[in-house]
Amino acid sequence: MNTSLSSVLPAVAASPHAQAQGSISSVMAKVMLALAPATLCGFWFFGLPALSLWVVTVGAAVVGEATCLRLMNKPVTSTLCDGSAVLTGWLLAMSLPPWAPWWIGVLGGLFATVIGKQIFGGVGQNLFNPAMIARVALLVSFPVQMTAWVMPMTGAHAPGLLDALQVTFGGGAIPDAISSASLLGHAKSELSRGVDLLHVFASGLPTSFSGERPGSMGETAVLLIAAGGVALMLMRVITWHIPLAMLAALAIPAAIAHGINPARYLDAGTHVLSGAAMLGAFFIATDYVSSPTSRAGQIVFGIGCGFLTWVIRTYGGYPEGVAFAVLLMNALTPAIDRLVKPRVYGRDLKGQPLVLKTGGK
Amino acid sequence: MGLLELLNGARWGVHPHDDHKRPAADVPLRVMPLPKRLCVPLLQHVGAPAKPCVAVGERVLRGELIARAQGNVSAPVHAPSSGIVTAIGEVTAPHPSGLPFAAITIELDGKDEGLPTAESVDPFGLEPAEVSQRIADAGIVGLGGATFPSAPKAQLGRKLAVQTLVINGGECEPYLSSDDSIMRERAGEVIDGVRILMHATGAAEALVGIEDNKPEAIVAMRKAAEPFAAIKVRPVPARYPMGSDRQLVQVLTGKEVPSGARTASIGVLVNNVSTCAAIHRAVRTGEPLYRRIVTVNGGAVAQPGNVFVPIGTLIEDLLAFVGLKETPARLVMGGPMMGAALPHAQVPTVKGCGGILALTAAEITVADPSPCIRCGSCVKACPMGLVPLEMVARIHAGDYEGADKLAIDDCLACGCCAYVCPSHIPLVQSFSHAKGEIWKRAQQKKRNEFTKGLAQARTERLEREARERAEAAAKRKAARAAQTAAATGSQETSA
Repeated sequence: MNTSLSSVLPAVAASPHAQAQGSISSVMAKVMLALAPATLCGFWFFGLPALSLWVVTVGAAVVGEATCLRLMNKPVTSTLCDGSAVLTGWLLAMSLPPWAPWWIGVLGGLFATVIGKQIFGGVGQNLFNPAMIARVALLVSFPVQMTAWVMPMTGAHAPGLLDALQVTFGGGAIPDAISSASLLGHAKSELSRGVDLLHVFASGLPTSFSGERPGSMGETAVLLIAAGGVALMLMRVITWHIPLAMLAALAIPAAIAHGINPARYLDAGTHVLSGAAMLGAFFIATDYVSSPTSRAGQIVFGIGCGFLTWVIRTYGGYPEGVAFAVLLMNALTPAIDRLVKPRVYGRDLKGQPLVLKTGGK
Repeated sequence: MGLLELLNGARWGVHPHDDHKRPAADVPLRVMPLPKRLCVPLLQHVGAPAKPCVAVGERVLRGELIARAQGNVSAPVHAPSSGIVTAIGEVTAPHPSGLPFAAITIELDGKDEGLPTAESVDPFGLEPAEVSQRIADAGIVGLGGATFPSAPKAQLGRKLAVQTLVINGGECEPYLSSDDSIMRERAGEVIDGVRILMHATGAAEALVGIEDNKPEAIVAMRKAAEPFAAIKVRPVPARYPMGSDRQLVQVLTGKEVPSGARTASIGVLVNNVSTCAAIHRAVRTGEPLYRRIVTVNGGAVAQPGNVFVPIGTLIEDLLAFVGLKETPARLVMGGPMMGAALPHAQVPTVKGCGGILALTAAEITVADPSPCIRCGSCVKACPMGLVPLEMVARIHAGDYEGADKLAIDDCLACGCCAYVCPSHIPLVQSFSHAKGEIWKRAQQKKRNEFTKGLAQARTERLEREARERAEAAAKRKAARAAQTAAATGSQETSA
C-alpha cells in the first residue's frame, strides 16, 4: 500500500486543502440570472427590435473579446466561458435605446471589450466599467441615435419580424409618431426652454412602476431591475453597501432641492425610478473590478456615484448622468482603496500596533 | 467600535457549508491496539529539541523518560509503551517537504509494561511552581496544534498576573473532532485540568469557548463545570477560525491583542481543552504525555472516528487500523484548512497532531487559478482585517516591501481567503513565500549592517593604529632629538 500511496500523493501540496464552491463563471451566471427578468420585460415592451439589438451587442462584445484573446495568444474558449464578455455586452444593451440601429450595438460591443477591457489586460484589470465606457463613447459620438427613444408598444402595436429587422438593420429613421423623449430628457429640454417643471408635468409625472414609458431596457422595467438587485444580494454576489449608498446619495439631495424649489428640481422618486439609477446602483456600480473592495470604501464609492449622478442630471449638459458618475468614481477607486482600508486586528487605523494599557489596575 | 468598523461589518472568517465533522464525531472513542513499532520524534514542540537519554538496545517502559528537555522552552519525551530502543536517528517529518527529523524508534514487546504508578496527589495542596514543574516533567505542550510547551506558558501567565484563562474548545477546522471527543467523553478531566491551571497561573476565572456545532460537548462540559462558579462554559458561533487564540479571546472577552504581542499581555492565557485533560492526568496521576486522541477522517477512510493513539505511531499503522475504502489522493496531518500534506504514510504522529485526513480526489479541489476579479471576498473573509488581493498583487509584482506595509506579518495563514476565492488563487502559498522572502531580506539587511560595522571598525582600527604608530614614531623622534641635543649639549659643556 505504501509504495502505491507515495506514487499517487502529490510531491507538494499546500493548505488549504478545501475550497468553497464558486468560480468567476458562476458569479457571472448569477448576475445574468438576476438580469434576465428585466431583459425579457424589455423585449416585451419594445418588441423584436430590442431583441435583435441585444443579440448584436452581446455578439459584438464576444467577438471583440475573442479577437483580442486570439491576437494575444491567450486561451480563447476558456476565457470566453467565464461569461464576463457576455455580461458586458448584455449590460451595454440594457442601457441603449432599444430601437437603435445595429451598428450602434456593434460599435458599442466592440468598444466595450476591446478598448474598455482587453487593452487594460483583460478580466480583472480594467480601471473603468467596460459597458459604461462604451455607452459614453457612443453617447458623445452619436448623440442623435443615442437619444432616440420610443414608447413601449405591446401586443398588436408591436412590429412584426420584418418590420423589426427593418428597424434594427434597415437604417431608416424611427417614425415621429412613435419616437419620444425620456422623462429626464424631456425635463431637461423643457427647463432649458424656460418652462418650469410644475407646468411640464402639470398632468402628473409619467413615472410608473409598471415601467411603460420610453427609455432603455434597463430604465423601463425598473421594478424588475430592483428585484434582480435584491436577488443578487440574497445570492451574496453583492452587498447592500454600494446600491444603498448610491440610491440614498441620489435621493437625499434631490429631495432637499425639490423641497426648496419644486419648479426647478425633480423629486427624489423620479430620480430614483427613472434613467439608469436602479440599473446603475445594482448592476453597474457594483461591478467588482472597478469598485472598491472594502465595505467602507464601497459606501464612499456609492455615495460618490449617487451624488455625482444628481449633480450631472441637474446641472450638467446631459439629461442622464449615471454612466459619467460611475466612470468618474471608477477613476477614484484606486485612491479609495488606498485610503479606506479595513482596520487590521490588533492595529489602529494608521496600521500601528495597538498600545497596551499598562497601569496599576 | 467605531463607525468605520460598523460599516465594515464585524463579520470575519468562513462558514464551510459542510464541516464533515459527523459522522466521525459521533462514533465512540476507540483505543488503537499497540503497533509493532513507534518512532517518537524529539522535536514535537516549539523550542529546542529534546536530548535522548536512552541508548540503542536499552529496554524502556511505558511512561519512561527517553529524551530530556533542553533549555527554557522545550519539552521532554516519554516512551508510549514498553519495548527496545532500536534506533535513534532520522525519520520523515510530518511536513510537505518530506525532510527528515530525529526520532527514537522503539520496537514494542506488546507487554505494555509501565513504570510503577505514582500515588495520586492533591494539586491544590502544591505550590503553583511545583504544579508547573509537574506539567513540565510530563512533557505537556499545547495540543491544539501550536505545541508551545505548557509549563513556560503557565509561568509567563503567573509572572504577568493574568486574570482570565480562555479554554479553547473551538475546534473550528472542518473534519476534526478530537477536542469534541475529549469534551464529550472526559469533561470531568478537562474541567479538573482547568482548575489545576487556574491554580498554577493564579487566574481568577476561566472561560471555556465551544463552537455551537458541538451541542453534546457543551452539555457535558456545562455539567462538569457546574460546581465551579469561576469556570464558565460559553458557546460561540461556529465560524472558522474561531479556534485561533486572537479571535476566540476577542469573542469571549471583547479584548483585542495588539499586533506583535501575545494574549498574556492583555491578561488572558489561552489553553486547549485536550491540553487541560493532559494536565489533569499529569498532575493528578503523574502520567506523562505519550498518547492523545486523533481524529481519522476523510472520504477514503472506511471507519472514520476518534482514536486514542500512542505518540510516534506511523500513519500507515493508523490507517491500517481504521481501514481505507480507496487510495487517498492526499494525506493531511491536521485539518483541511491549515494542515500539512504528507509526502507518504511512513510518518509518525506527534503531540500536536489532532487529526489525520485521507482525502479523496473529489474532496480536494484542483481548479486552475484564474485572474483576480477584485470581488473582495477575501477582504470580507480575512479574520485579521487584511487585504489579501492587494497583498498578492504586490507579491506578484515583486514588491515585498509593499506587502510588508500591508501588515502581511499579521497573516495567520488560516486559509479563509484562499477558501472563498472564486478565482482559486493560491493566496496562502504566496503569503508564506513572501513572509519567507521578507524574513530573508531582513536577515540579509542585518548581516549587511553587521558586516558594514565590522568593516568600519577595521578601518577605524587601522587608522587609529597608523595614528598611534605615527605618534609613537614622532615621540621617539622627539625623544631621540632631545637625547641628541642633550648629548651635544653635554659634549659642548664638557668641551
